[in-house]
Amino acid sequence: MHGRPRKPTKPEDAAASAAKAQKLRALQNQFIHNHQNKIYTEEAVELSAKLLGINPESYTAWNYRKLAVEQKLSQSESDPDSLKSIFDEELRVVESALRQNFKSYGAWHHRKWVLSKGHSSIDHELRLLDKLQKADSRNFHAWNYRRFVATLMNRSEEDELKYTEDMICNNFSNYSAWHNRSVLLSNLLKRKVEGFLSKEKVLPDEYEFVHQAVFTDPDDQSGWFYHLWLLDQTVKLDSPQLVSSWPLPGSDLTLLGNRCLDGSASPFTRFYSDSGTFPLILYFNQAVEGVNLSTITVDSEVTSNKALVWKPLSTVNSQASQVWATQLNFSNVKTDSSKAYPVEVSLGHSQGIISSNGFRYGKPSRFTFRVCAQHVETKPAEELDRERILWRDEDFHLYDTHSQESSPIVLLDQLSINNDHESTDSEWRAAVIAKEIDHFRELLSLINCKIGKLTLARLLMAHDAMMWPSANKFSHSEVLELYNDLMKLDPTHVQYYKDHHSLVLLQQVTSSWKSLLGHCFYYRDLTSSLTGNPICLRLNNLSLSQVGSFDKLLWVQMLDLSHNELRSIEGLEALQLLSVLNLSNNKIGNFTALEPLKQLKSLKVLNISYNEIGAHSIDTTRYLCSSPLSHSIGSEWYLDKIVADDDVKSYWEAYFILKGLNLTQLDIVGNAIADEKFKLFLIKVIPVLKWLDGEQLH
Amino acid sequence: MMGELAVDKHVKYIISVEKKKDSFESVVMEHLRMNGAYWGLTTLDLLGKLDAVDNGEIISWVMKCQDDSGGFAGNIGHDPHILYTLSAVQVLALFDKLDILDIDKVSNYIAGLQNEDGSFSGDMWGEVDTRFSYIAICCLSILKQLDKINVDKAVNYIVRCKNLDGGFGCTPGGESHAGQIFCCVGALAITGALHHVDKDLLGWWLCERQVKSGGLNGRPEKLPDVCYSWWVLSSLIMIDRVHWINKDKLVKFILDCQDMENGGISDRPDDAVDVFHTYFGVAGLSLLEYPGVKAIDPAYALPVDVVNKIIFGK
Ligand SMILES: [Zn+2]
Repeated sequence: MHGRPRKPTKPEDAAASAAKAQKLRALQNQFIHNHQNKIYTEEAVELSAKLLGINPESYTAWNYRKLAVEQKLSQSESDPDSLKSIFDEELRVVESALRQNFKSYGAWHHRKWVLSKGHSSIDHELRLLDKLQKADSRNFHAWNYRRFVATLMNRSEEDELKYTEDMICNNFSNYSAWHNRSVLLSNLLKRKVEGFLSKEKVLPDEYEFVHQAVFTDPDDQSGWFYHLWLLDQTVKLDSPQLVSSWPLPGSDLTLLGNRCLDGSASPFTRFYSDSGTFPLILYFNQAVEGVNLSTITVDSEVTSNKALVWKPLSTVNSQASQVWATQLNFSNVKTDSSKAYPVEVSLGHSQGIISSNGFRYGKPSRFTFRVCAQHVETKPAEELDRERILWRDEDFHLYDTHSQESSPIVLLDQLSINNDHESTDSEWRAAVIAKEIDHFRELLSLINCKIGKLTLARLLMAHDAMMWPSANKFSHSEVLELYNDLMKLDPTHVQYYKDHHSLVLLQQVTSSWKSLLGHCFYYRDLTSSLTGNPICLRLNNLSLSQVGSFDKLLWVQMLDLSHNELRSIEGLEALQLLSVLNLSNNKIGNFTALEPLKQLKSLKVLNISYNEIGAHSIDTTRYLCSSPLSHSIGSEWYLDKIVADDDVKSYWEAYFILKGLNLTQLDIVGNAIADEKFKLFLIKVIPVLKWLDGEQLH
Repeated sequence: MMGELAVDKHVKYIISVEKKKDSFESVVMEHLRMNGAYWGLTTLDLLGKLDAVDNGEIISWVMKCQDDSGGFAGNIGHDPHILYTLSAVQVLALFDKLDILDIDKVSNYIAGLQNEDGSFSGDMWGEVDTRFSYIAICCLSILKQLDKINVDKAVNYIVRCKNLDGGFGCTPGGESHAGQIFCCVGALAITGALHHVDKDLLGWWLCERQVKSGGLNGRPEKLPDVCYSWWVLSSLIMIDRVHWINKDKLVKFILDCQDMENGGISDRPDDAVDVFHTYFGVAGLSLLEYPGVKAIDPAYALPVDVVNKIIFGK
């Protein structure tokens, strides 16, 4: 099916093909007859070999030969020589089939089947493989078979590692060999085999090795992924650690018993809650499992640890998550007292917190924050519902701080400093990265190449992350420039670079208190009462195609992401305090892309006007959201009465996302899906809705 | 100059292949005629021309390929195998005729192929491959019988086949390959387990499959080929990273592989066409939202309306 030239068939060719076809058909028919009637005579078995010589993909013929072998074994003497000759004949048939088609699954499996019987010479297999792999060094069947043989003969992983080295030195452009090397090396490192005890010793040599490939021909991809893997091995700390939380360590949280008009508490650390509860959020450096009552203790004189339920904030039904949250209940606390209640969170018995690779949380750690409750009379609730959030520019005033209030970023720095557990280990890592940065700068001084720029961008970001927060200079601007260059250099992948550019831009925005303040606005004025926290983080009009840096934004309650190029809001589920969100004028293509919103139980106001919902026939988040398609919503859905409703079947995506939210205000205009029928459906699904596209309901 | 999709020519080509049984190529392919039926019929459905075939005749042939074990063979007289069992179920799903199946019998055959470590064999002879994991999961999901297997173990086995480039291989340690990645990502999608995929890492590897001509290859430093339009694209869609490739260039590459005279699509421009590449070309165009082609589901590899009917009853 591959690589045959398209040409008009000449009559003589057609005739020849028909003659060949007739012969093959006769052979095939005879074979099927033999197979159906269990005829295993020498002649019949020979006929199957002939068929396989012409068509190695004829899988039934391989099955037939296995049956024939079993038949022969049951009849022949069990002396080693006759056994060996029975199996040697099979090996011969496989070898000639492989000469016909080197990629025949059936032939390779037949060979494995023979070898696993244990009557054949394994040494011969290795010699055969050497020959075959020289002829086609990328054949993945041969590489798979090689791993099978190596295991069968207990060949050491060091020897196989040496083999990949030879193959690579022979030709740098052998991705298969680089791949096998990464498999072997990670096994050796994991098992801490002699000579592979520490990454510190092994990785620098590997960098040297892969440079030869990347620097010889920067356009050849063979070394690219190996280098990225080495970078990942250098940067990534095995054990999970806490990178952020809300409330932040050392912070004073003001819990407002009602929507507050009082401007005395810092808007960054106050939270409105009529139920007297607030979320406690833990943000780790990687997805972890096992956050529960026995691994985390929350101590305060007000709440009881026993009542806490920890939830992973992951989409779909994963038990592992980078972000975990629980609700703390302070409803018993006397309001208007000036007393601040300390809360201590300790990850002391944290051995049970485990990364997806099986590494345990490092040293026990703890942090505290203080909570005081205030109660202020405001307008009655029904009056508030009549208020509508507008997104006119004149409603926003740049926030300007006069007091020395604690900013979330400053506190985040403290969290990291308290956490510098593996500092002795990080020295060599930083040194390796610094050296790589020099190498790639040198490469770029010689040749302007895509992989050079991309790798340099990744190295610089990795270096920054290691130095944070103690460094006084970051490379964001340089990295942004590199991604700008890449968009021009490699326009085919412009969106890949754009997404990364967006993430770096957000890291830059959140890297300092000063730069973040430039995006903090008051909504209307201090007397506005719709949100408990009048600070709106405005990240609008930044050409963002992706959002990130959520670990630094856990305090955000009102967020403006409008007028960007967002297709997804992956990760937004971490912002548990969010109550007002503007996503208008983006490129959201389907309701399934809004899956993270399902985790935001405080969300009241949502603007998704002027997106692309309903405009695409292919839904790229169809399998990233919970639904019966991915079996992440089970049979209970079928039992749901509302399913009988045809509208729910047509709009199942919207139904799954919106039915659990308590939105009071929704803007959906400007999406292909938003016709009158759909709006009536929305009103049915969200009974508490007060405003739809600027129109007051009821 | 970029041609349009020659819908009528491709429909004619597919129907003619079905009738032309005397060339050497068609005899060599006879053992996988069930796959061929799935490729051809799905293409017709995507082009809105499924009614051009006699479904009664096809369905009775499909049922003649079923073995006593419950599995289906690639053709009458051949042995049953999981590869052809999925194609048979998919063909019946296209015609909305799943009700003629003995669901228990088919699903017991598939469930019986799960091994202790969670992997699946292709048939009684024990070849193990993540392709078979996908097939088992996809097929059982269509038949609503996933509870017959140990899904957690099946997922764990697939995760063990994950590589350091973010892709997946046939067995643990096997090199990443776009076809294999489709199988593993598809199986994880259907079981709600895509959180095991490093979407950014795999997305970069997959989007780097696009070469200068606009076509996609299946592994680094290999030639582009129309069939990877399906495998790479569907995987990129399932992990929401398809915007990382240039869609217009890929549409052009696929259209350039059409035989504008006799219909059909080939692996590369000016090569001989076949049903396999015709299907993958049209399915690729469907994933690229090419006008006039019905939408295909990236995980079940069936038209979206067929899948929605099975899953949502509409
Ligand atoms: Zn192909």
